[in-house]
Amino acid sequence: MSTLISNVPEGPIKDKWTNHKNNIDLVNPANKRLIDVIVVGTGLAGASASATLAELGYNVKSFCFQDSPRRAHSIAAQGGINAAKNYQGDGDSIHRLFYDTVKGGDYRSREANVYRLAEVSGNIIDQCVAQGVPFAREYGGLLDNRSFGGVLVSRTFYAKGQTGQQLLLGAYSAMNRQIGRGKIKMYNRHEMMDIVKVDGKARGIIARNLVTGEIERHAAHAVVIASGGYGNVFFLSTNAMGSNVSAAWKIHRKGAYFANPCFTQIHPTCIPVSGDHQSKLTLMSESLRNDGRIWVPKKLEDVKAVREGKLKPTEIAEEDRDYYLERRYPAFGNLVPRDVASRAAKERCDEGYGVNATGEAVYLDFAASIERYGKEQAHVRGLDENDKAVVQKLGKEVVKAKYGNLFQMYYKIVDQDPYETPMMIYPAVHYTMGGVWVDYNLMTTIPGCFAIGEANFSDHGANRLGASALMQGLADGYFVLPYTIGDYLSDDIRTGAISTNSPEFDQAEAEVKAQIDALINNKGTQSVDYFHRKLGKILWNQCGMSRNAEGLQQAIVDIQKLREDFYQNVCVPGSANEFNEELAKAGRVADFLELGELFAKDALERAESCGGHFREESQTPEGEALRDDVNFAFVSAWEYTGQPSEAVLHKEDLTYENIELKTRSYK
Amino acid sequence: MRLTLKIWRQENTHAEGAMVTYPIDNISPDMSFLEMMDVLNKELIEKGESPVAFDHDCREGICGMCSMFINGEAHGPDRNVTTCQLHMRKFKDGDTIHIEPFRAKAFPVIRDLVVDRSAFDRIQHAGGFISVNTSGNTQDANATPISKHAADTAMDAATCIGCGACVATCKNSSAMLFVGAKVSQYALLPQGQVEAADRVQHMVDQMDLEGFGNCTNTGACEVECPKGISLENIARMNRELLKAKLL
Repeated sequence: MSTLISNVPEGPIKDKWTNHKNNIDLVNPANKRLIDVIVVGTGLAGASASATLAELGYNVKSFCFQDSPRRAHSIAAQGGINAAKNYQGDGDSIHRLFYDTVKGGDYRSREANVYRLAEVSGNIIDQCVAQGVPFAREYGGLLDNRSFGGVLVSRTFYAKGQTGQQLLLGAYSAMNRQIGRGKIKMYNRHEMMDIVKVDGKARGIIARNLVTGEIERHAAHAVVIASGGYGNVFFLSTNAMGSNVSAAWKIHRKGAYFANPCFTQIHPTCIPVSGDHQSKLTLMSESLRNDGRIWVPKKLEDVKAVREGKLKPTEIAEEDRDYYLERRYPAFGNLVPRDVASRAAKERCDEGYGVNATGEAVYLDFAASIERYGKEQAHVRGLDENDKAVVQKLGKEVVKAKYGNLFQMYYKIVDQDPYETPMMIYPAVHYTMGGVWVDYNLMTTIPGCFAIGEANFSDHGANRLGASALMQGLADGYFVLPYTIGDYLSDDIRTGAISTNSPEFDQAEAEVKAQIDALINNKGTQSVDYFHRKLGKILWNQCGMSRNAEGLQQAIVDIQKLREDFYQNVCVPGSANEFNEELAKAGRVADFLELGELFAKDALERAESCGGHFREESQTPEGEALRDDVNFAFVSAWEYTGQPSEAVLHKEDLTYENIELKTRSYK
Repeated sequence: MRLTLKIWRQENTHAEGAMVTYPIDNISPDMSFLEMMDVLNKELIEKGESPVAFDHDCREGICGMCSMFINGEAHGPDRNVTTCQLHMRKFKDGDTIHIEPFRAKAFPVIRDLVVDRSAFDRIQHAGGFISVNTSGNTQDANATPISKHAADTAMDAATCIGCGACVATCKNSSAMLFVGAKVSQYALLPQGQVEAADRVQHMVDQMDLEGFGNCTNTGACEVECPKGISLENIARMNRELLKAKLL
């Protein structure tokens, strides 16, 4: 086992980033014109990086599998983006955001990266406002904030329940300006099929045009992977249908280490699964926990009556309700971090208190907020605060203004009105903290290949706090990578254009074509989704909210068998030279089938519980996660060797110089 | 539920297309429309036929990728939803459902129900931005107060998901609701004022170049828009354009 070099600069933590920026090499503007950069993915990280690199003068080629960069799944982020602006004067600071993020991640993230993230967070808000992002404002014209889980301040900026959409459209607009100028060449409906290395360095990619099926070669001096997370390995998740691990997995196979794959976030507030036909799960933003109270009935007979439709939740008396988060975690209440809230919901449902037909749902109730806001408004307007109808009407108006689009979404899916009856929610796979291992410069173990946003592992440890994904994506793309990539590219100013006519490109293209031909010519009997759903079930059952050694060992065996079955029996209709979504899906599922195995292996090796990774063997008597800092205060970075479960483990030791390692408590 | 689907099949942009009938059974009213399409495609694949190509991604009504003209309406019979948020409970057992692509000269069919909406992107390239570089040195976000009303109205315009329902539904295939929404977002904010005149002219020029039709105030776009973008945005765009041309 070797030790990884994280390249974290020396010096006090608050000076590291500034000193690093002052000391790294730059590329002069004339030379930037001679350098090409490929960016794969156009979510917040990819779009912001593409735009900024192009503004700086690099020639950028951007790729997305969707029909427009604006479709990337960052668009679906609802609640908000954190920044240590302290506009509310409630004691926020860079240090506090840094501390909350490291603590929220259960002390498994890299201190220096997180500090830098907190440091640039304020700039993100300034930049977005300058771009015309319509953040929510107060009547005085200044920016409004709200609170998210795991923190005690209000530092979350938002644009209704569509913050991700507005931030992505901001980054997309910055991209559009550069596309118009010709500094970004945009490749929509293209999928990265492999990375090409020349003399050990990343020098290009093989891409497939998803409309014509054509295989293309693209060369560059550096390749940036911004392809998001791998939550869809579970089949059912809040990710978009097309979200995939393939770009990250392809570079892993070519030498990039993959870090902490078992660190997955199960989000507590999603709309429960309704049946076997389900194709994806829908998130109900964490921001709802600002105003919603989570509960299940106290009595099992009430649970039974509710399930049979004989009792309505609104008919259950206050004293017969168990607000279990408020009961277990009085300090943070409904705003505990996501991993804690998810496990608490599972615990109640496992005990038989789930409130829907499948027994896997809890209530998220707005009645108290509607009443509180209604009274406040009645008071402001000089109306009768004891008139129930007036209070209800005014309260609902306030809630609608805050969360209208989320309530509408819930209503359309579930066919129940959340203004009148509590929402039913259950945890679902949402985000992956693990990802490609990167150093402080966001470079992977392949020189010249960088990974940013959710695709890398570095900032969220074992659990991500709400509203921090948008912050990290934009921090990486706008403010970190554009500096650090220059340090690497400064050695390339005399290299000249990279040719695609080389044996390395020939070989990579031949391998891609061979895999496509094999899938097309397989002529099996089962659809791609059949295998994907099976893989998802294995992962959800054995590697979901709670894991144990026996189950994980079984998962490895089951996934290996499923992969064999896939290659024997998968059916991909149509041909390689046409618009063929089944073919695109087959390639992605093939990669998920390998990642799944590494995921289980990583979860098996990490015999402690931390953040979203809960090992049944490692818990406190109260059932809280029990971390083991003596044996597991490291990042697991896996090196590909052929069989995923035989990957070689490299450890990056995590040292905490600025924050004391202690047991996370939200009580 | 048992249904009869009549679906537009077209192999590629240059091929001739036709409506093809597919009976389908065992559809749950709780399924989304796209999950119903998944069931159909699974059956087609198992029978060795080619599945129906359709665009989709987030399946929660925000990415704007899904399209489909269902029984003569963009995104189907429900209001304020995209096709992916439409549920089968909006249909009755025994219904016949006609499914076509979003049709417009500027949206050529790629395959079956998939159309090319890159014309929308090109309109954005022409001016859908504020020319500010990423520097980390912009002024503090709270330096310029913006009235809540202006911010909220800009936000309402900015919620456009770029799906193209407005174009598909308009008898003139006009993209004015789409363009008006972007022009309005920036026109309502102080940050957008500096380039307002250039922006509206460039975007409208590109819109015309792409072959979108003109607006005759029918208002169908506003009715069919899954995000409820208001027709006022078209009026605001026209005002901005007039201002840009006169001043």
